[in-house]
Amino acid sequence: MDLFEYQARDLFEAHGVPVLAGIVAHTPEEAKAAAEKIGGVVVVKAQVKAGGRGKAGGVKVAKTPDEAFSYASDILGMDIKGHTVHRVMIAQGADIAEEYYFSVLLDRSNRNYLAMCSVEGGMDIEQLAVERPEALARIAVDAGTGIDQAKAEEIVDAAGFAADIRDGVITTILKLWDVFVKEDATLVEVNPLVKTGKGDIVALDGKVTIDENAEFRHADHAALEDKDAADPLEAKAKENDLNYVKLDGEVGIIGNGAGLVMSTLDVVAYAGEAHGGVLPANFLDIGGGASAEVMAAGLDVILNDSQVKSVFVNVFGGITACDAVANGIVKALEMLGDEANKPLVVRLDGNNVEEGRRILAEANYPLVTIADTMDEGADKAAALAYGK
Amino acid sequence: MSIYLNKDSKVLVQGITGGEGTKHTALMLKAGTQVVGGVNARKAGTTVTHGDVTLPVYGTVEEAMKETGADVSIVFVPPAFTKDAVVEAIEAGIGLIVVITEGVPVQDSASFWALAQSKVDANGQQVTRIIGPNCPGIITPGESLVGITPANITGKGGVGLVSKSGTLTYQMMFELRDLGFSTAIGIGGDPIVGTTHIDALAAFEADPETKAIVMIGEIGGDAEERAAEFIKANVTKPVVGYVAGFTAPEGKTMGHAGAIVSGSAGTAQAKKEALEAAGVKVGKTPSETAKLLREVYATL
Repeated sequence: MDLFEYQARDLFEAHGVPVLAGIVAHTPEEAKAAAEKIGGVVVVKAQVKAGGRGKAGGVKVAKTPDEAFSYASDILGMDIKGHTVHRVMIAQGADIAEEYYFSVLLDRSNRNYLAMCSVEGGMDIEQLAVERPEALARIAVDAGTGIDQAKAEEIVDAAGFAADIRDGVITTILKLWDVFVKEDATLVEVNPLVKTGKGDIVALDGKVTIDENAEFRHADHAALEDKDAADPLEAKAKENDLNYVKLDGEVGIIGNGAGLVMSTLDVVAYAGEAHGGVLPANFLDIGGGASAEVMAAGLDVILNDSQVKSVFVNVFGGITACDAVANGIVKALEMLGDEANKPLVVRLDGNNVEEGRRILAEANYPLVTIADTMDEGADKAAALAYGK
Repeated sequence: MSIYLNKDSKVLVQGITGGEGTKHTALMLKAGTQVVGGVNARKAGTTVTHGDVTLPVYGTVEEAMKETGADVSIVFVPPAFTKDAVVEAIEAGIGLIVVITEGVPVQDSASFWALAQSKVDANGQQVTRIIGPNCPGIITPGESLVGITPANITGKGGVGLVSKSGTLTYQMMFELRDLGFSTAIGIGGDPIVGTTHIDALAAFEADPETKAIVMIGEIGGDAEERAAEFIKANVTKPVVGYVAGFTAPEGKTMGHAGAIVSGSAGTAQAKKEALEAAGVKVGKTPSETAKLLREVYATL
């Protein structure tokens, strides 16, 4: 889960990383009050999980609380790269002498962590990495030993920091490593890390991504979730512990296993090429078990998607045999009753497939079609969605 | 022959008394796996019974290995306890750990991977291989199953299969059930896994029983691109590929923690192109992939 800048700032502060005052505001009135509380020049910053805020007009310097009110009015509700701005952060104005860059992240390819650091911060780091790779120090971090004093020194010296700020940057990096480990992050980035006119080191803007698998040891992380942004169907699916992603298409998809469901989306998209270009409406993995209750909850979410014209249920019966899956579908349709009002194509394969198909055939639901293969099922579901 | 697992492998179940552990211990025994015992510190000294097989439960992996000669462990414990279970098995010096558990924090995986890497024998070889986490495990049909793959899909044959996904593995084994498999391994869909496509490709290349290889990938990371480079330089056996997730949108996790397109990185298209550039035939669908493998297989 990616965090907003203000959430990252709060985590930084909680772990002793030097930050400036920052208060989140949801209305122009709150923005004005925050500016009064902080005092002096403030920056009104749109809180969206997308880059390029400044260019889009989402970052403004306000000299007075009234200006903060006015800028917040402009920025709230603005669309930045498809993200609506629901909140701004009122940040204390900074006296910036120099700008640097630091990040530590999960390195999937090398199965450890990677620290990146540069004395040229502020700009787009991907651009810097391409144009002047020598200016960006990249230091591997062992997952067993992490960033200790020696590793922090290695990072800072590789980036080439001046002697007068070396110790301050090392201390800040050690605290940022604390954020990374103690919050189970997969990314902690500070851009820019700045030296102020007084010579202090401050993390001015941060990005943090936290690992949702670690929520069981971070009771506070659930509150960081952005409930405004969630699609209503996704929110409903989440309440039922369903692994669902809303997409922009007409064929609802239910399957078991992430890989098979991803593959089903692709096969439906290919099949759709022959049927008016219909596309998959969602990703929904009901897991290996495929019980009647889970099947019913899944169908309920998908049938409530007004874009959906047909549904393709693609299940490979492994540990759970196809007869159990078929019984699950029958019970799910009974539970849903009149709500189950869209054509359903069911493909079952694997363990006890004949029995599974027999159960479905015997139940004789007029809206249910049985397909023998994944390709055939995808084609039928796409054709039904297109209206043939 | 096979890779990593055969009829002589002696298997411990960590979490043998839990729900999943109980269910799959029974299925593994039925598949012919030599399950020799389990580990649960709180139930040490007790036994579990499946049909006419009674298995001892030990307090530690070390003790269980000493008593039974086990060389493989399978982990079914919940995510919060997975790291400790894997670390214990690494410290005990077991040869293979298969981690089925889904939802393990990635810093835990990074940590036990770093530990496993640091334990080497006199020849500098890593002592413990880890498969997973978040994987269906490994099956050498007709010999041994250490995982949750249905054992009755197909039998022994000349196809080697490596995949990030469980159900896609089953689907592909089903499509090619008349040919049979030397070993099928599901490496898992997490950002950090103990055994990579490259590891499995190298093992299949060296395995005389494996005649052709199916490699199944999905969106996220660059494991498939790296595998493509490896195939080009090191694999002489025919490889057929499949990549899932062409329709996945950017920034959304598709079920597996590692299955996410970030910007232009990790797309299915890039993976397909990299594999094709390495001479791998890539199917658009699972059925087309099976057809491509069949065509190659007929010429061997």
